[in-house]
Amino acid sequence: MLSYAIRRLLIAIPTLFIVITVAFFMMRIAPGGPFDQERALPPEIEKNIKAAYDLDKPLIEQYAIYIGKLFQGDFGPSIKIRDFSVAELIMAGAPASMQLGLSAIAIALVFGVGFGTYAALRQNSAVDFAVMGVAMIGIAIPNFVMAPLLSLVFGLYLSILPTAGWGDGEIQYKILPIIALALPQIAYIARLTRGSMVEVLHSNYIRTARAKGLRETLVVNRHAIKGALLPVVSYLGPATAAVMTGSVVIESIFGVPGIGTYFIKAALNRDYPLVMGVVIVYAVMIIMLNFLVDMVYGLLDPKLKSR
Amino acid sequence: MMNKSEKTAMLEAAGAPAEIEGRSLWRDARIRLFRNKAAVGSMIILGIITLLAIFAPLLSPYAYDQIDWGYIQEGPNWENGHIFGTDGNGRDLFIRVLYGARVSLAVGLLATSVSLAIGVTYGAVAGYFGGKVDNIMMRFVDVLYSLPFMFFVIMLMVVFGRNIFLIFVALGAVEWLTMARIVRGQTLSLRRREFIEAAHATGVSNFKIIFRHIIPNVLGPVIVYMTLTIPQVILTESFLSFLGLGVQEPLTSWGVLISEGAKVIEASTWMLIYPALFLALTLFCFNFIGDGLRDALDPKDR
Amino acid sequence: MSENTKTAKGLVNGLLKSSRAFVLGTALIAGSMTMLSSTHAQAEKILRIGNDGEPQSMDPHFISTIQTSRISDDMSLGLLTYGPDGQPVAGAAESWTVSEDGMTYTFKIRDHNWSDGTPVTAQDFIAGWERLLDPELGAEYASLLYIIEGAEAVNTGKEGAKLGVKAIDDHTLEVKLTAPAPYFLAQLTHQTAFAIPRHVVEKYGKDWVKPEHIVVNGAYKLVEWLPNVHTKLVKNEEFYDAANVPIDEVIYYTYEDRTAMQNRFRADELDVARDIASEQISWLRDNLADSLRIAPYAGIYYYAIRTDKDKFKDVRVRKALSLAINREAITDAVLKTGELPAYSFVPPGTGNYTEPAYVSWKGLPYAEKLAEAKKLMAEAGYGPDNPLKFTLRYNTSENHKRIAIAAQNMWKQIGVEAELFNSEGKIHYADLKVGDFEVARAGWIADYNDAQNFLFLAEERTGPLNYSAFDNPRYNELMLAAEKEGDLKKRSDLMHQAEAIMMEAQPYIPIYYYVSKQLVSPKIKGWIDNAPDRHLTRWLDIAE
Repeated sequence: MLSYAIRRLLIAIPTLFIVITVAFFMMRIAPGGPFDQERALPPEIEKNIKAAYDLDKPLIEQYAIYIGKLFQGDFGPSIKIRDFSVAELIMAGAPASMQLGLSAIAIALVFGVGFGTYAALRQNSAVDFAVMGVAMIGIAIPNFVMAPLLSLVFGLYLSILPTAGWGDGEIQYKILPIIALALPQIAYIARLTRGSMVEVLHSNYIRTARAKGLRETLVVNRHAIKGALLPVVSYLGPATAAVMTGSVVIESIFGVPGIGTYFIKAALNRDYPLVMGVVIVYAVMIIMLNFLVDMVYGLLDPKLKSR
Repeated sequence: MMNKSEKTAMLEAAGAPAEIEGRSLWRDARIRLFRNKAAVGSMIILGIITLLAIFAPLLSPYAYDQIDWGYIQEGPNWENGHIFGTDGNGRDLFIRVLYGARVSLAVGLLATSVSLAIGVTYGAVAGYFGGKVDNIMMRFVDVLYSLPFMFFVIMLMVVFGRNIFLIFVALGAVEWLTMARIVRGQTLSLRRREFIEAAHATGVSNFKIIFRHIIPNVLGPVIVYMTLTIPQVILTESFLSFLGLGVQEPLTSWGVLISEGAKVIEASTWMLIYPALFLALTLFCFNFIGDGLRDALDPKDR
Repeated sequence: MSENTKTAKGLVNGLLKSSRAFVLGTALIAGSMTMLSSTHAQAEKILRIGNDGEPQSMDPHFISTIQTSRISDDMSLGLLTYGPDGQPVAGAAESWTVSEDGMTYTFKIRDHNWSDGTPVTAQDFIAGWERLLDPELGAEYASLLYIIEGAEAVNTGKEGAKLGVKAIDDHTLEVKLTAPAPYFLAQLTHQTAFAIPRHVVEKYGKDWVKPEHIVVNGAYKLVEWLPNVHTKLVKNEEFYDAANVPIDEVIYYTYEDRTAMQNRFRADELDVARDIASEQISWLRDNLADSLRIAPYAGIYYYAIRTDKDKFKDVRVRKALSLAINREAITDAVLKTGELPAYSFVPPGTGNYTEPAYVSWKGLPYAEKLAEAKKLMAEAGYGPDNPLKFTLRYNTSENHKRIAIAAQNMWKQIGVEAELFNSEGKIHYADLKVGDFEVARAGWIADYNDAQNFLFLAEERTGPLNYSAFDNPRYNELMLAAEKEGDLKKRSDLMHQAEAIMMEAQPYIPIYYYVSKQLVSPKIKGWIDNAPDRHLTRWLDIAE
C-alpha cells in the first residue's frame, strides 16, 4: 500500500508536467489574443504590449521562460487584472472556493447517500419515486437557473438572507451559494447510491447475510453500504475537484470572491498566465483527489490491496 | 420474482454466472424491460416528444424563425396561437421548443453514446489489467480532466471547422472521463471475483472476459451514470453555443432556450418554464428507462 | 472484517457527524442573523455602486475599460475633470491659455497636494505622460496622447524623440500639439492624461498601486480591492475641495451578471447599478420606473461590411442592405431600451460638430426603403434564382443575437440569405482585425467628445480599426484637411462632407445610437444624466 502510494505520488509530477505543456500550447494556438477587443489596438501599441509580456518571442521560448519561472514558484502576472500576480489572485480566491466547495460536498455526501440508501431500501415504492423524482428535478435544473431562483426567493421575496455579496465572509453570505453548489451534487450522489445499493442488495452475499438472519440495519450498514459506495467514491474524486475549485455561475451570481470565475473569464480574456494558474490548481486537485479515491477503494474493498 | 431469484441462486451456486447465449440474454432482457410499466410509459412519452420534434412544422401556424412583430416577448396566448408565448424576437416558443428537441435529443443520445462507448471500454480495460496499464491509463484521464475545456473546444473548431457533429464529439469526448473512472473502480473489485478468475484460468481470452463478464456486471452504475450524463450534455451544449460552436441561430436547443429563459425568470417566466418542463420530462423518461434497462440486464437477477 | 473496513466506516461516520453538526450550526446561525442584516451606521455616508465589470488596474496607464475608469476618475484629478453634467471643467489646472494657432496650451496648475501631503507639480504631469508613452510600459491607450508633439515618435521608440511638453515652473505647464485639436482639453479629463506621484512610483515600482502604497490627487483613495468582489475607496482628506465632498466612502461591487446586480439593487444592497438586465426592460419600466435612468450615450452600434470582398464592392449592394434594415423596429420592438435609430455614423450632439450628415433616404417610409433596396439588388444582378448569400458575424451577447436575428429576417425580404455566426469576443475581434469576415457587428464608444473620434474609423490610415477596409481618396483627403484646420466651423464642414461620403457608400451600416442604462436610487442626489456617462462620486450626495 505504502509503496503504491509513493509510486502514485511520483507519477503525479510527470502527469502535471504533461498537463502544463499541453495546456500551454493548446491555449496559445487557439485563435484570439488578450488584446483582441472591440477597440483594436494600433499595431505599434500592440507591439509594445506584447513585448512587455514577452508575447512577441517564439512560442517555444515563451514556454521555456514560463517553465523556468514556474520552477521558482512564479506564476507570472495577470494580463487583465494587472495589479495582481496570478499567485495573488489564486491565493485570494482559493479559500472562499474551497470552503464553499468542501461544505457543499460534505452536505451532498450526507444527504445524497442518505436519500439514495433510503430510496433503495424501499425500491419502487412511492417514497423511492418521490425521492428520485426530486433528485431528477435537481439534476434537470441547471445552476444558472437555481442560483438566481434561490437569490430571488430567499433574498428578495422572503428577505431572510442577502441576495448576494460576501460582506466580511459572514455565514449568512455563504448559505445560498453552498446550497446552490450542493443541490445538484445531492441529486447525483443520491442517484448513484440508489443505483448501486439496489444492485448490492440483490447480490448473493447480502442474500446470504440476510439468510443467516442478520438484522437488516446491520446488513445495510456493515455489508451493503461498502459495496454501494464504490461508484459514489469514483464519482466523488472529480466532482470534489470541480466543486472545490469554484463555479463561475455561483460566484458571479452570489458575488463570491472565489477562483471559479477565472476558469471561464481568464479563458475568454485570453489571460494566458491566469489560465495556466487555474489549470495547474485544478490539475493538482484532480490528481490528489483521484489518488485519495484510489486509496479509499482499498479501504472499501480489502480485495483491492492488489498491487 | 421468486422464479428469477431461484434461477439466479441456482446459476450462482453452480460456481459461475454461466455464459448465456447472446440471443436469449437480449430476448430475456427485452421481455423484462417491457414488463416494467414505468419504463414502457417513459418510452411512449419519449416517442411522442420525438414525433412532435419530427413533425414540428405541421403543428404550428408559425415557422421556427418567423418573427411576429406584434407579439415580442409576450406570454402564452391561445387566441393568437402562441400557446407557449414568444421569445425576445417575437418567435413562437412552442415551435422553437420542438425544434430545440431535435438538437437536444440528438446531442443527449449521441454524445452520451460516445461517452458510454469510450468510457466503459477504457475503464474496463484499465481496471481489468490493473497495475502499470491501469496507472498509465488513469493518469491520461487525469490529464484530460485538467485541460481547459474551452480551449479544447476552440481547438476542435479550428481543426474541423464549425460542424454540428462536432458538438457530439466534443461533448462525448469530455464526458467519458468520469464514466471511465466509475467503470474502472467497479472492474477493479470484480476482477478478483471467483468467476472472473475461473474464466481466466480456463483460458478465456482477455477480450472476451472484458466484454462478456466484466462489462455486463458493471452495467448497473454505468446505466445510472449514463442517465446523469444526458442532462449534463444537453445543458453543456448551451455553453458551446455561447462559444459559437453549438447550434447557430435561428436554430435552437433546449439548453439555449433555458439559458435565455434564465435571464428573464421574473419578467417572462414562460421563456424558462416551457423548455425546462420538456427537459425535465425527458430526463424523467430516460431515468425510468435506465432503471428498467438496469433491472432487465442485471446478470445477478437472471 | 479487516482493519481497513473499520477505518472506512469510521471515515464515513466521521464525515456524517461533522457535516450534520455543520448543517445544524448553519441553520441556527441563519435564524439568528436575519435580524442583523442591512443596518449600516448612519454617521457615514456610503455609496454602493454595482459596476458591470472587474477593474483592470488602479494604475491610470493600464486602464482601458470604462468600468475601471469610473473608479480611477474618483481617485485622480486630471488637468481638467468631468463636471456634474459630464462636461470638462477645471481640475488640477485652475486656468489655461491657448496660443493663436491653437497648437500651444499653457496650464496654471492649482496649488494642491497628493494624498500623502506632497505637492502636485507640473513635473508630475510630464512624468505621467512620459511614462504612458514609454514603449516598454506597454500602455494600451498610449495613442490617445499622440496629439501631443513628439508623442507618437516616443511611443514607437524613434531615436532622439522628445515630447513637446515643458514645465515652466512647478505650477506652469506648456504643451505643444501636432494639430489644432479642439478636443484636446476634453482629452485631458481622460485617465491617460493623469499625473502620477513620481516619488511613490519610483519607490515601489509596479506595486505603487497597492492599497498600502497608492497616493492620489483626487477626491477618494483606495483602501481595499478584493478581486471579483469589490473595490473600496474612502474620502481623501488632502483633496483640494474635500470640504465639498459629501460622501465618505464609495464601494464598487463587481457584477458581470446584470440580473444579479439588479436584484441586489432591488434588495437595497446597492444604491446604483451601472447597467440593467435589458431583457427585462418592460418589467423594469413597470416596477422600478423611479430608479431607471436611460440617456443618450456617445456611441454607435453598426454592422461593418468588408468592402474589399467581391460581393460587397458594389455600393448598390451595401446600400440595399442598409435600406432593408428597419431600425425603428429594432429599437422600438426588439430592444425597447430607448436606443435611437441611427441614420448617421456620428451620433447627434457630438462635440465640435454640426448636425451629422444623415443618409439621403432617412425620411422614407419603410415600405419605400424596401422597394428601393429590392430595386438596387436587382440592378446589382441578384434575384430569386441568384440570391446574395453571406455570413453575418456577431460576438456572443443576448442583444447582438436578437438584432442579428431581426436583421436576417429583414434581409430575407429583399432576397438576401444571411447566415448567422456568433463567436466569443476574442475570436470575433481577432477575425475583424484581420478582415476575415463578410458582415460583422461592431460598436464604437467615443474616447473624447469630438466627431473626428467617430469618423477616423473609415480612414484608410486608421489600419485594422477600419474594419470595412473602406478606402475612399476623397474621404481620406477631407479628414486630413479637417485635422489641419484651426477654424472650428470650417473643420466641422470638412468632416460633415466626409461623413456624407461615408453615408452614401455605406461601408458601415449604422443601426442605433447607444444609450446608457442604469438604476439610480431616488435617494442619490446630484446624478445628472449625460452623454459621456460620467458621474464622479464627488458631485453626488445621499439623502438621509
